[in-house]
Amino acid sequence: MLNHYETVFIATPVLSEAQMKEAVVKFRGFITENGGEIVHEENWGLRKLAYPIQKKTTGFYHLMEFKAAGELVDKLETQYRRDERIIRFLTVRLDKYAVEYANKKRSNKVETKKMED
Amino acid sequence: MSTNQSEIRYLTPPTVEIKKKKYCRFKKNKIKYIDYKDPEFLKKFLNEQGKILPRRITGTSLKYQRKVATAVKRARHIAILPFVTDLLK
Repeated sequence: MLNHYETVFIATPVLSEAQMKEAVVKFRGFITENGGEIVHEENWGLRKLAYPIQKKTTGFYHLMEFKAAGELVDKLETQYRRDERIIRFLTVRLDKYAVEYANKKRSNKVETKKMED
Repeated sequence: MSTNQSEIRYLTPPTVEIKKKKYCRFKKNKIKYIDYKDPEFLKKFLNEQGKILPRRITGTSLKYQRKVATAVKRARHIAILPFVTDLLK
């Protein structure tokens, strides 16, 4: 049974761009290797945190939307916990309305991008 | 004098009685999913200390109030919204 999930993680701001990319590649690879399918990805870049986490006030945000079986989420979160670069993460299941919302948002974005071009 | 007084008594109440009826903005606008990644939208349901406003003030229906609450809590977890603060907004 495949579910639709969305995961956001915050990486420490001490990483360089290349190190951040490496972390993203690692988790993306982890999902695809374990039978998940990436639907969408978003890099929010360096953002200010609403409150300090591990004495850091900023962090790299990265969002991934994927389809996978439920067991993958546990494994993924274990990987997050073991990785020192990740200071916070959140994985949520998307219900049908959420999927609809995400698709709508994406198509809107594409349209606005086209307008800008 | 007595007619004056009665006029005053008659004039004041209507201004008090005209209150806008509260409504659930999710039901009205047919919003089915509340995004936790949108802090500007969620701030409409918080007071300036970052606390979630009760239903009796926002007029949200119970079904969506629960969803607002989870969305706000998720946003707090990933540091999009603060847990405690002064002068939010």
